Amino acid sequence: MAEELSDIEASADRTVAAAAGPDAYPPSDEPLLRIEGVVKSFGGFRAVDGVSLDIRAGEFFALLGPSGCGKTTLLRMLAGFEAPDAGRILLGGRDIAPTLPHERPINMMFQNYALFPHLSVRDNIAFGLKRMGMARADIAARVAEMVALVKLGGLEKRKPDQLSGGQRQRVALARSLARRPKVLLLDEPLAALDKKLRESTQGELLELQRRLGMTFIIVTHDQEEAMTMADRIGVMDAGRLDQVAAPRELYEAPRSRWIAEFVGDINLFDGELQSQDGHRLTIATRDAGALLVAAPDRALDKAKVSIAIRPEKVKLSRRGPASDAGQGSAINRLDGVVTDVCYLGGTTTYKVRLDAGGTVRSSMANTARIDIDAYGIDQHVVAWFTPDDCLVLEQ
Amino acid sequence: MRRIGRLSNFNVVSLALGLAFLYLPIIILVIYSFNASRLVTVWGGWSLRWYHEFFNDRAMIEAAWMSLRVAVCSASIATLLGTLAAVALSRGGRFAGRTLFSGMLYAPLVMPEVITGLSLLLLFVALNAERGFWTVTIAHTTLTMCFVAVVVQSRLGSLDRSLEEAAMDLGCDPVRAFLAVTLPLIAPAIAAGWMLAFTLSLDDLVIASFTTGPGSATLPIRIYSEVRLGVKPEINAICTLVIALIAVVIIVASLASKLSSTQGESAAPL
Repeated sequence: MAEELSDIEASADRTVAAAAGPDAYPPSDEPLLRIEGVVKSFGGFRAVDGVSLDIRAGEFFALLGPSGCGKTTLLRMLAGFEAPDAGRILLGGRDIAPTLPHERPINMMFQNYALFPHLSVRDNIAFGLKRMGMARADIAARVAEMVALVKLGGLEKRKPDQLSGGQRQRVALARSLARRPKVLLLDEPLAALDKKLRESTQGELLELQRRLGMTFIIVTHDQEEAMTMADRIGVMDAGRLDQVAAPRELYEAPRSRWIAEFVGDINLFDGELQSQDGHRLTIATRDAGALLVAAPDRALDKAKVSIAIRPEKVKLSRRGPASDAGQGSAINRLDGVVTDVCYLGGTTTYKVRLDAGGTVRSSMANTARIDIDAYGIDQHVVAWFTPDDCLVLEQ
Repeated sequence: MRRIGRLSNFNVVSLALGLAFLYLPIIILVIYSFNASRLVTVWGGWSLRWYHEFFNDRAMIEAAWMSLRVAVCSASIATLLGTLAAVALSRGGRFAGRTLFSGMLYAPLVMPEVITGLSLLLLFVALNAERGFWTVTIAHTTLTMCFVAVVVQSRLGSLDRSLEEAAMDLGCDPVRAFLAVTLPLIAPAIAAGWMLAFTLSLDDLVIASFTTGPGSATLPIRIYSEVRLGVKPEINAICTLVIALIAVVIIVASLASKLSSTQGESAAPL
């Protein structure tokens, strides 16, 4: 078994070497894929509205956004099924606009897998190889390698309708990987799987990408999926790319109010800038009184701002933070009453109605099995958080 | 479920009456084709005499052969044209005149046969075409092409477009993608369309009688003219054979279209 695995590993390594060759990848400082000001309209509707993006070789990139934001259209333009109205798409420095889908070194895994129902698993995987004019023996070897890679051994002769959802997903993956594309596009690859299978497949996909060193671009509306797998995430809304960042940066430093709300859960307080004391701002909010926040790196254009704080950074206690003395003045303390308790297993989310009028959500890890500190409904609590955990966003 | 599955007495009676109304004449015809008597209405015991008679009736055999040739040729041409029309309608995007084209394609479905026959006759006369095998074949192609187009288009409509895109993504140009993926998947519908066209052509009396010429009568024309002189038991034998042929074709066609909709085992090697 171990031998078998290392065999696959070795052949996978050869895959990369063969695919890379002397001139397959551009120099490392140049991106593998460059998207420049791409626009695509359907009728009067701008599905993709001026997107520019660089993707490095070997990167796992996620396009994240709600349905209808244009992410699938962008992916289809990369695959060649749609032509951009304006802008350029460069692969390794070369414009691929005149290249038809079947001539692009890019393969796509379709959302519904699009397996050929009249062909067996083996013939599905071999389909793209036959078009490359490969020798029979080479095709058989490559198919066997792919079957082993996605762990489909023994199912080669089955038809797609004799497979489970997870198995079909693997066939689709193997089929799109078989031609060893420079870029693999994945359109919501895990949407049709149940939660458990989705999570284990996420891990496998990530491992596969690392091992093959291939560039993956995945489209998803599931922010957790994007966070788990991607090196960088591009958030799309209404045809525009709002922010491109690593998962941590996207979560901790979202560029806009919309992204802050779309990625994860967040408390928002609208207010006005009152005063600045060094790198501390005082903001008067309508719902939570005056709050102290860390000044953002760039200067604020407007006085009207929103303060955003993630629920897990809001702590609850009966009397406020214990180490009140040293930095007490620099901590935001909000008195309130617990109105809702939501036990989620690993964490518990509390909803607290503040005396100042607003509500704040707090998420606390359940670190002990018997929690004597759990709060009940109608209990008076102090919600507190540090200025550094707050984000200031322009409204 | 059980309640729906079980039929009430009323349902049984109405079903029996309906089936009897549809099939009793045919059953009687089949039974009387084995009649030994010269008279159509008098039972004279079992015999294969009239089948023997038919196979020795040169004119009748020639008419049957003519009908078969017309049916095969017109069904094949109609299948080719109908499939192309269906592909254009469901894959051609919104080209100019698409609605007009689809309306014109399906018009023969509802057009009275007399009108189709008469207009074709006028056309052939105007073109000074010699009427016979080819004029009937062309007329039947006109009649049956729309049926093929309907069958194939409904199959194409239910086919996932991303299958063709996947084929293109995997290195097929559009034509090869169609041949390697779409065609094998719609093949059962095309086969069903062919068989439908075949039976329609074999059945047709009206259009054929308008467009045929002297000395090239199809089987229905021949039977009809015989019957006008009085029904011979031989006609029963011929009709039984035609019924058997059509039944086989219809059963194969419905099996094919069932296979097509489950899109399972229609294995077509590349």
